[in-house]
Amino acid sequence: MSTLLAMRDVSKIFANGTLALNGMSLEIGEGEFLSLLGPSGCGKSTALRIMAGLTAPSSGTVEWPSSRTNERGLPQGDIGFVFQEPTLMPWQNVFGNVYLPLKLHGLSKAQARERVMDNLESVGLADFANAYPRQLSGGMKMRVSIARALVTRPRLLLMDEPFAALDEITRHKLNDDLLALWRRTGVTVIFVTHSVFESAYLSSRIVVMRPRPGQVFSDLPIAQPEMRGEAYRVSEFYRANCQSVSEALQGAIRAAES
Amino acid sequence: MASTPRVPSISTRQRVLQVLVPLLALAVGILVWQWIVTANQIPKYILPSPVDTAVALFTDSGTLWPALLVTMRITFMALAVAIIGGVTIAIIIVQSKWLELALFPFTVILQVTPIIAIAPLILIYAPDTQTALMICAFAVAFFPILSNMVQGLKSVDHRLLDLFELYGANRWQALLFLRIPASMPYFMAGLRIAGGLSLIAAVVAEFAAGSAGQGAGLAFRLLESQYRLNLPRMFAALIMLCGTGIAIYALTSLIAWLTLHRWHESAIERED
Repeated sequence: MSTLLAMRDVSKIFANGTLALNGMSLEIGEGEFLSLLGPSGCGKSTALRIMAGLTAPSSGTVEWPSSRTNERGLPQGDIGFVFQEPTLMPWQNVFGNVYLPLKLHGLSKAQARERVMDNLESVGLADFANAYPRQLSGGMKMRVSIARALVTRPRLLLMDEPFAALDEITRHKLNDDLLALWRRTGVTVIFVTHSVFESAYLSSRIVVMRPRPGQVFSDLPIAQPEMRGEAYRVSEFYRANCQSVSEALQGAIRAAES
Repeated sequence: MASTPRVPSISTRQRVLQVLVPLLALAVGILVWQWIVTANQIPKYILPSPVDTAVALFTDSGTLWPALLVTMRITFMALAVAIIGGVTIAIIIVQSKWLELALFPFTVILQVTPIIAIAPLILIYAPDTQTALMICAFAVAFFPILSNMVQGLKSVDHRLLDLFELYGANRWQALLFLRIPASMPYFMAGLRIAGGLSLIAAVVAEFAAGSAGQGAGLAFRLLESQYRLNLPRMFAALIMLCGTGIAIYALTSLIAWLTLHRWHESAIERED
């Protein structure tokens, strides 16, 4: 497995003096589904923003060994980002929102139409291309957001607690759909969450982080069955995974308190 | 679209009543006015009846209509210049924090000074009265556009800005595809205020200018009628100004609705 992204001793100090991230080193292999799990203030969202190039690290480097990078050291078009909120433009319909990344790369509507519609198809929203965000439910808006993140065919999909605001039924459905997209496209996913159960369900690897200062606490590979579904959610295997992840998280919280 | 739920329409009766009730109330008001004048035998140089006013509106149209056109031309030209100027300067201001701070005292001075107080000064500097009136009306209409537009351009979802940055959008793209559309609700609020204000300012400035003759607007005709105690014509002129105000409000509301009704909460009809 080749390395897609490597963080080397990355630290981030905010202007107010907070050490948000302390000496984080992490190698992410192509095709992984990696979760960053930890309590609030552990720097997991900061780490994600640094990987995306939205925030510059105070020290340390982020390397993309196998990508062509632009003048800012970022692999342009290789990153998709899904925020905690759907973050759609309310004045654009669903098509316009998914078309945005291609529009910014200079593609005309006609050139982009097929790709946009394919991506809407893959999240089950092809019939809603002309709907406006306000007409959609929370889960549907999040699907649009995922379609937009995947429309540039990125190699890396960064997700910042994307399903935290959704109800459990919708979240389970989106978990399964996200796994299906991951399997089909082979995209590498880095998924920030504070849910033990969500990370244990989705990930092939979980990096547990601790707060004060934010840093990596442990790095757990997770053995997963190829197909996961409702049966897996109630299986002993899943329960055991949840237990080991939960113990690691408790350890991280204890370490921060002591 | 099959999956969009059908919106139940409001009953026809309610719709008719929504139009009928205000119209009826207005008609009753006019009838009461007519009745007060007739019952008390008030002479029309003190209070003209609605009929007297309507007659004046018709017989004096040769004087009043050209005057209305003059006032409207001043109003709309001032509004147009205020929109272009306000939006342009707002876009320039938000480009840099320092520029905003530097321009801050000027915008505050412009906002807090009663424009009518500087009208005599403008009358001295401007090449002719029409231009002076336009400058006055512009100065009044300019600020609501500018301040709303600045607020709108700054009120963009910062995650959307992140997204534009992620996809390598340049400043121009972020302005065109994100900041300007996001500021439209604010701009429309400013436009409604500015539309009403530019008419008020056009009239008030003409009072101050006291212009006369062929190129005079409705404000001069009002003063003239006052001196001659021609009250029916005064009322007719007032009704014309009122109608113009309503038309401007309706026009700006229509523009706001056309722009926002698909997406913004302010223009969406809610169900109970």
